[in-house]
Amino acid sequence: MTLRVEERSAAPAGGEPARPRESGPRRSRRRRNLGETLAGLAFLSPNMLLLGLFVLVPLVGAVSISLQATNGFGSGRFIGWDNYVRLFSDGLFWRSTLNTALFTLIVTPVSMAMGLGIAALLNSVLPARGVFRSIVIVPMAISGVATALIGVLIFDQNSGILDKMLKFAGLPSIPWQSGQGAAFASVVIVTLWWRVGFNMLIYLAGLQGVNPGLHEAARLDGANGWQRFRYITVPMVGPSSFFLLIMNVIYSFQVFDIIFVMTGGGPQNATSVLVTYAYDTGFVTRDQGYAAAIGVVLLLLTLAFTAIQWRISRTRDQVE
Amino acid sequence: MTQTLATAPRALPTPAPRSSRRRRGRGALAARIVAAGVICGILLFPLYWMVVVAFSSRAELLGGDLRLWPRSWTMENFQRVLSSFPVITWFGNSIAISVVVALITVTVSLLAGYAFAHLRFRGSNVLFLVALSTLMIPVQVIMVALFQLVTTLGIYGSYWAVILPTAASAFGVFLARQFMLAIPRDLIEAARMDGAGHLRVFTRIVLPLSKPLIAVLFFMSLLQSWNDFAWPLIALKDNSLFTLPIGLLYLQGQFGSDYGATMAFALLNVTPMVILFLVFQRYFVQGFARSGIR
Repeated sequence: MTLRVEERSAAPAGGEPARPRESGPRRSRRRRNLGETLAGLAFLSPNMLLLGLFVLVPLVGAVSISLQATNGFGSGRFIGWDNYVRLFSDGLFWRSTLNTALFTLIVTPVSMAMGLGIAALLNSVLPARGVFRSIVIVPMAISGVATALIGVLIFDQNSGILDKMLKFAGLPSIPWQSGQGAAFASVVIVTLWWRVGFNMLIYLAGLQGVNPGLHEAARLDGANGWQRFRYITVPMVGPSSFFLLIMNVIYSFQVFDIIFVMTGGGPQNATSVLVTYAYDTGFVTRDQGYAAAIGVVLLLLTLAFTAIQWRISRTRDQVE
Repeated sequence: MTQTLATAPRALPTPAPRSSRRRRGRGALAARIVAAGVICGILLFPLYWMVVVAFSSRAELLGGDLRLWPRSWTMENFQRVLSSFPVITWFGNSIAISVVVALITVTVSLLAGYAFAHLRFRGSNVLFLVALSTLMIPVQVIMVALFQLVTTLGIYGSYWAVILPTAASAFGVFLARQFMLAIPRDLIEAARMDGAGHLRVFTRIVLPLSKPLIAVLFFMSLLQSWNDFAWPLIALKDNSLFTLPIGLLYLQGQFGSDYGATMAFALLNVTPMVILFLVFQRYFVQGFARSGIR
């Protein structure tokens, strides 16, 4: 998706990347190319050194460790695919995978729908829009830990403000900590609070590219507000939706701070996801090889998901 | 890039031909104001409640009845937190780590962005794709190996164990490249014809034109680093090296359900970034709008 954004914004930039150079005889050009290659590599080297050393080297290391039986930190014993085979019969692994999928399937569409709704609202004639916008995006500045602790505070089963409100309204209290479904819901709600601003921002940018004349024309043709939203706004923000779909899925696969701090994966693993399970396996039970295998599976799932979305969107683009 | 996401100039209300239409428009406007008010009220409430709890006494918080406004405001939670934990040290650690990370990110991203945008060499596209694809690797995938690497390098137990692995930002490179593509190639070619080297072109022409980019990169990486949690949790073993989010979790572990203390500290953690965020909103918004990478 990042490439798509790139294409879009690269277009007006006027840089034609493949334009050949006409000036100079061939030999000097070749020397110049060599110079340019060296310069390019020099300019890239600080970044590539950091990325290579602290991301790519550990990535290779992770695959290697996932093929070993480890005992705490230190060198392990090569055991082939055993860690991966073990995953198949690990109930907690499947539970965590299921929870990750469920979390993604809920958070992605809901946060996008809320983001689009609020963006449409803030894109219309409204006093103090800037203030409203600031309020919607301010949760993005709050750290995940603080967000999760605010969630703990509000959803506290015994003294939380939400329970007091429910009681005040004469409604039964909800077991946010001990109930499996309720705990999952509380994590989702806190995540939505944290994420809706980002979705709104992307959609707001998309909406500002929509020609207001379209709405006016549809209004004159008798389309009501919902119809204009459904048949003009939603299709026109397609590129934003695609970008958000990928971003939300990647984010949901990696959700860590909120769950780790709010529930720690409990109660009875009801909120355990792959990243928290990998962390617990690697740094609490210290089964490093197995943790690495969980991580590799997580990465493969992310790649597969992104590739599928990419393919779907490309075929869709070709059809249109 | 230069397009800001600030709400577009408000459209002037078109003169309505009939009064019924104007009345309907006014009703719709009122409905929108109410909707926006309710949404913002719900979104703001958790932050409001954090502030209230941070300034409420323990006795107040233990009361069973529903009170949305405290009877009295007190500083005792802040005093308790400041006297029991090295909060000032943690603050210093957070500032030091996030500022250094931001400076490194800005520097390496600008350099790489220039190479990807304006230098032609074999493998440049492949390298760009490799850099971008690291976005999809969550730290939990590589944490075990990264931990071993950091130990091997002998930086485990120092700030650098957090700084170096988080300083290279694929998103920063992407953003820098996009921005620099908008700098006219002719400008750079002209300087090259005059005999300027790439470094000179970069410092004399590209950098002065990149001030908004530098601001976006700086604030985005500052925010990310300030709020970063998963990797610092692994890489910082020593209490005295903790950043604020790690300290916050530690404090919660010690104080348990003492929400007054937890929220007082949470407030200390989030306030500087919220203020920066609101003041320099333009840059954060541009950064987020281009990324969404956390």
